Formats: sequence, C-alpha cells, structure tokens
Amino acid sequence: MNIIRPIAAPGRPAAATLGLVDCDIHPRCADLGEYRPFMTDAMWHRLTTYGIHARHGFHKGYPFPKAAPLASRRDAWGPQGQPPASDLGFVQKQFLDHYGLDIGVLNPLQPSGQGDVNDELSAALAHAVNEWQLAHWVDHDARLRASIVVPYEDAVASAAEIRKRAGDGRFCQVLLMSRTSEPLGRKRYWPIYEAAAEVGLPIGIHAFGFSGNAMTNGGWPSFYVEEVQEHATSAQAQVASFVVEGVFERFPSLKIVMIECGFGWMPSIGWRLDNNWKRLRDEVPHLKRAPSEYMREHVYVSTQPIEEPAKGEHLLDAMEWIGWDRILYASDYPHWDFDDPRIAIPSFIPAEKRAAIFGGNARNFYRL
Amino acid sequence: MARHIVAAVDEIPPGGRRLVEADGKKIVVFNLGGEFFALLDRCPHQGSALSGGILCGLTLSDEPGKYHFSRAGEMVRCPWHNWEFDIRTGKSWFDPQRTKVRAFPAHVEAGAALVEGPYQAETFPVKIEADYVVVEV
Ligand code: FES
Repeated sequence: MNIIRPIAAPGRPAAATLGLVDCDIHPRCADLGEYRPFMTDAMWHRLTTYGIHARHGFHKGYPFPKAAPLASRRDAWGPQGQPPASDLGFVQKQFLDHYGLDIGVLNPLQPSGQGDVNDELSAALAHAVNEWQLAHWVDHDARLRASIVVPYEDAVASAAEIRKRAGDGRFCQVLLMSRTSEPLGRKRYWPIYEAAAEVGLPIGIHAFGFSGNAMTNGGWPSFYVEEVQEHATSAQAQVASFVVEGVFERFPSLKIVMIECGFGWMPSIGWRLDNNWKRLRDEVPHLKRAPSEYMREHVYVSTQPIEEPAKGEHLLDAMEWIGWDRILYASDYPHWDFDDPRIAIPSFIPAEKRAAIFGGNARNFYRL
Repeated sequence: MARHIVAAVDEIPPGGRRLVEADGKKIVVFNLGGEFFALLDRCPHQGSALSGGILCGLTLSDEPGKYHFSRAGEMVRCPWHNWEFDIRTGKSWFDPQRTKVRAFPAHVEAGAALVEGPYQAETFPVKIEADYVVVEV
C-alpha cells in the first residue's frame, strides 16, 4: 500500500513534464435519447422496443454488485444530479481542469452496444456512440479524444466503422473489451486488426464486456471482489491469444494497450509462454520469435487500478519487465476505483520514468 | 490544542454529520446516538473527502458463510475506494495500526460554561441556554 500525502486542492503532478495524458475516461449519456440523432428510425425502434441484450444468459443489469452506484465515485454526480461523467461542464470542473489534464481518451462503456447479441443493433449503437463522442464531447473540448467503438463480434461491420473514421484525428484508438465470445487473437477478429493497421490506430482493450462464458476459468464466482480481480486473467488470455495466433506476425505495425487490467501478471505470462514455446515451438511455427518479444514490442498496459504492493521494489520489477516506455497513466474517471494522478503513481518511481508514464508514452502510443 | 466550538448540538442529529472548519482544517463531525466524534475530512489513501462517504456497520465473520452485522452507522466508507474507517477512532478496518484518519477529541458543553472561555467560536454566537459541540484541534 502506498500511503502518500493526500491532496484535495486542484493541481497536476509535478513529474508530468511531458504532459498529462489519461487513457481511460468513461463518458456516459444522461439519456439514450442523446444517441437518437445518430441512429436510423429502424434501429431506434429496435433499441426502444427490444432493448440492449448483452451476450449473457438471463442478464439484466450488472451480473455482480458494483462497489458503488453506477460503479462511480460518490462525488461524481453533477450539481443538478446529472449522472457521473454525463455533463461536460462538470467533468471539466471536477476532473480535466482540477488535475490539469492535457489530453484525455474517452472509452464509452455501457450502453455502447459492444457485445450485444443482435449484430445490427450492436453496429448501429457503436456508430451512434462514435458520433455522440464527437458531438457531445470532443468537438467542445480540444483536450478530449474519442475511441472508435466497434461491434467487435461482427468483425466485418467493425472494420467498416474503423475505415469510416480513417484520417480523423479526433479518434485515437479502436476500443474492444476484454471479455469476448472467443479469444481476440482468433481469425474471426482479424478484419478489425487489418482495418486498424490500415488507418494507423492502436487497439485499446478495456476490462469488462460479456463473453457468454463464465467470467473465470473456474466458473461463476460469488463476489464482486472476484470479478474485479478476474480482469487480470481475461487480459492474460487475450494477450496470449494475440501473440500465439500470430496477429503481430500478420500485422507488424499493430499495437494494443490493456486498460484497467492491472499489469503485475505480465512478466509471469511472458516467462511461461517463452518456456512453453521452447518446448512446443513446432506446434506454432508461425511464431518467429519468443512470445515475450512480441509482448515487449506490441503490448502496452495502463496503470489504474495500480498494483500497490507493500514493497515498492516489487512494483518497479514488474514495470521494468514490461518496459518503462510501455506503461500509460489512466484515471478511470468517474469510477469508484479512480486513481488521482498526483498520488497513484508513487514517487519512488524515478522522475523521468514517471514523466514517461504521465505523458510521453501515451503521446508515442497514440501519436498525439 | 485549542478548543473550538463547531456547532450547536441540535444541528447534528443522531446519525448525522457536519463538515466544519477549525484551525484551518476541514473536519467532519459525526453524531453516533448522542456521542460526537471528529475526523479530519481527508482519506489517508488518495485524499478524498470522507464527509461525502456513506455510513455502514461492521460485518464480521467467524467462518465463511457465517456473518454478524454490528455497530450500524459507526463506520464511514470513503466515497472513492470504499476504505472503511471506524468513526470512534479514525482507524481503518483493514490496517488499524498503520492506516488511520486523524481523529480529534470532541465533546458536548453547555453554553453557560462556554461563555466563560477559553474557547473559540468561529462562526456563531453562543447562547447560554443551548449545548454545543466542542472539538479540540
Ligand atoms: S481515497 Fe479514500 S479509499 Fe482511496
């Protein structure tokens, strides 16, 4: 646990000398009607008549209780009771201005249509959410960047949505979730990577989503605390799949960032994959190098919720293995497990490395 | 330590709380069934304001599946990451020795005694016939 001096007043981290970039902000619509202008009559009818259905049996609402209402900080509701991160003015005051952010990446979660059982609705909602990010957020605050939300279970529709945004600098990544119906390295998802590589954008993979399978490899857990720690294991499966299926061989310019998945597990899967690859290389001849080499070239991680080991050197060891140029600051605003940039990135990390985490790495990764 | 008169007793009903300022510090005062407790309004983790947290009780367990709920309303949970603090002591539940929020002694005094001093009533006049919450900062 890193107990450090708390600060309530506005201000940005002194170490953010290369800028302060947050790669995980979650805007939310106050009302689904905000998407209406960006949907056809038919898809609006489908949405309002049949609703959103996650790939997840008998599911309404969250499958596990969240730690707080709307999984949000209890101080994140606007002065008129606006839901968390639904009002640009309040987000600016409480967050962007308060911490002196230079750039913030929007990652819309629910309702975004991702992983919906109905492919057409999923594609229509993803498109609407992309237009909505521009119309409600990015076009009103030059610090913000949008993510291309794609209906990832339909890779062809996803690729079409990505190509629509080609060359539009307001978008800085393609957004996927960490729980998908098959591991993300499988060929059925490759049209997404082909389009992303073509338009020159990286892939952000954010924790959560609905795969249709149990959330842990052992089945359904009983507690939310198990669900949130599971992000590390779904992320491991995804990273292993990207590497082993040969996605990075096929798309050598592709980069991915694991968002809100933790990162202490990265060295462990690198070691295990390498070890097994030495013995089983013949099974996967399309891999030309050790798996960890692909990881260290193509896989980035974000900080929040940062691991807080009792001994700081354990954190440093994991970060060292991942690579100091591949760790990006994330806040997760407005969610309850938000990380204050001035406190969450501990000062035992050397200042120039903190500067890279706060801004330099994200600028390179997103080409900001 | 100076004694600060921070509120009239009836301004903080049982189960209620009030954010006050004394000696330049933001302090949250809780009323637990007529007893008053004062904590620094700043979580020792990342600095969120504890005055915005929900109150909860203490759920303990002797073994998996057996739960006991007690001390309803005597723990405050941080509005950000939900750390629990004992309002009576300021100690966190998960690491009471090392992780705590600063607690200040608080008690009730009659207005008649207070007008004598040496107290500091920073925000309002003291009436002889009322009772007041005094925090030592
Ligand atoms: S700021 Fe209070 S628990 Fe993190």
